[in-house]
Amino acid sequence: MSSKSYILERVKQNKPMLSVLPVVPMFERKDDVSLISLFKENLEFVGGRLIELNSKEELNGQISEIYPDLKIIASTLNVEAANLDLNSIIDPHALKGIDLTIIQGDFGVAENGAIWIPANTISHRVLPFITQHLVIILDKTQLVCNMHQAYQKLDIHKADGFGVFLSGPSKTADIEQSLVIGAHGSRSLVVFLV
Amino acid sequence: MNHAQAATQFIKDEARTDWHDKALWFVRYKRDIQTKKVPEWEQLRELASQIKANVLSELDSYLIQFEENALKNGVHVHWAKDAHEHNDIILNILKAKGVRKMVKSKSMLTEECHLNPYLIQNGIDVIDTDLGERIIQLRDETPSHIVLPAIHLKKEDVGETFYKYLGSEKGASDPKYLTEVARGHLREQFLTADAALTGVNFAVAETGGFVVCTNEGNADLGAHLAPIHIASMGMEKLIPRQSDLGVFLRLLARNATGQPITTYSSHFLKPNNGQEMHIVIVDNGRSEQLGREDFRKSLYCIRCGACMNTCPVYRRSGGHSYSYTVPGPIGSILSPGIDLKKHSSMPFASTLCGSCTDVCPVKIDIHHQLYKWRQIIAKEGDFPLSKKIMMKVMGFMLSHPKFYRFAGKMARTALPIMPRFMLYNNLNAWGKEREIPQAPKQSFREWYLKNRE
Repeated sequence: MSSKSYILERVKQNKPMLSVLPVVPMFERKDDVSLISLFKENLEFVGGRLIELNSKEELNGQISEIYPDLKIIASTLNVEAANLDLNSIIDPHALKGIDLTIIQGDFGVAENGAIWIPANTISHRVLPFITQHLVIILDKTQLVCNMHQAYQKLDIHKADGFGVFLSGPSKTADIEQSLVIGAHGSRSLVVFLV
Repeated sequence: MNHAQAATQFIKDEARTDWHDKALWFVRYKRDIQTKKVPEWEQLRELASQIKANVLSELDSYLIQFEENALKNGVHVHWAKDAHEHNDIILNILKAKGVRKMVKSKSMLTEECHLNPYLIQNGIDVIDTDLGERIIQLRDETPSHIVLPAIHLKKEDVGETFYKYLGSEKGASDPKYLTEVARGHLREQFLTADAALTGVNFAVAETGGFVVCTNEGNADLGAHLAPIHIASMGMEKLIPRQSDLGVFLRLLARNATGQPITTYSSHFLKPNNGQEMHIVIVDNGRSEQLGREDFRKSLYCIRCGACMNTCPVYRRSGGHSYSYTVPGPIGSILSPGIDLKKHSSMPFASTLCGSCTDVCPVKIDIHHQLYKWRQIIAKEGDFPLSKKIMMKVMGFMLSHPKFYRFAGKMARTALPIMPRFMLYNNLNAWGKEREIPQAPKQSFREWYLKNRE
């Protein structure tokens, strides 16, 4: 007997009586809290920074102001500072030298500061992880309150096989529980809300 | 060595024990703050528990559904009935592709299966990439906590380890500096690995996809760079619908570390272009546990570690005092089912205070199960002789009220006049490290008869 049939047979024998799968409500918030301020509060709590822009035109100025010294800059968007052609790169290992990456976020989740990033929008899956610093542009109308709404909104089958909820820069507290920002992924995260 | 003996070693360093206790309690405190921000917290726990109950009751069909969908997504699916088969499957995948170096993110399942030593013996270089895991791997230790693997170490210990193996400055112990050293070292490993292994936090039956949660980003750096991604998954990690992730991702990080969500919640569905993706579904005793009515709920566990952070015994005895890979309350109800004799002291490493049950995000009745395992262990006779005799004596005394009253009177008379050596010796565990309380002049019964009758 194959291990698969062996396991399935044992599970069938040993499993308990049928238990009904519950319906999960959306848990909409009843108060009129602003999604933007809730998102901002949580993003800052997880070590990110939120900057609200009046228009997309302000982006280029902001980037050169916040990151005057970064050399290799990649973007999936039309950003002046970008100087690395992502389309010319086939092997993701070649992304190792990137200092700053600027990408579009699909939508944000107010309750935890997470942003959904599907693979079809970032040209290389490893891009938001391998970069030293990360900037995400987010449409301020694209915020949901909680994770139930987030899953209602996202379509994993359109994500090109991978997607990530990203909340803040990478971090660790594995040494004596001291929080250190910048573990293996990006050292910082700035979100521009347009 | 049983738990009490190992714990005796641990608490010899009083300052460190205090630090360990407080550090973990602080994690519990941070958890409380986050959970109170979610008004529907208790409802979410109940939903999570119900979803897991449903999963167990239809596990066979969910497993089949998951495999079908994963295959459609272009993922290779393997089935392992035990640890040995799991390790063998992985070795064969690696050998077939001539892999020499594999990076690995945190997976308690691979710890449970002792995968690392097996692969290393067979010539594969295995690099743990979670910072805590890497620290203990360099020190040749095992994790002492399922979420905080190096919580038993101080920064000076880590500094010494990094000085020895990674060439950090001698005597340096600043966590920021040490993390930077590890970042540089591990980047190099990510960029040169031929394969990456991750665990699985949740596997979704209806899509065939799976979710991996990390804060460091190590799982993603490994999995997206290497040409082969292997995911090891305990078969109880299944959930039916993608929308169920909404419930579990709201619970997991808040309950584990007091974060609203982990930094990265990565949803893997299909392999990257030119990449191979494998999933190994592992039983290793889980189907047997499923058949134990009193204990099957232990399979609900989503490995948040909150029961450890809250446990007064775990906090003061450290994860290495437990004989099983998963320590603390949850480990103590999983382990006896795997090897009753080897882990017979674990269900006793508890005060049965019930705090573990109170914080469990999927409502496992942990302290009830601890109590039930104790009864089984007592029946199987795996008790030290002194405890066996004491239990007999106590059993007799508590079922004979007259004798109980007589013994009480004797004790109240004798205790104050007994010489110290008769009370404080090896026969009386209650006299170790503490003074026996002063005996009252009368029993409650005597007082009641006098005042209330």
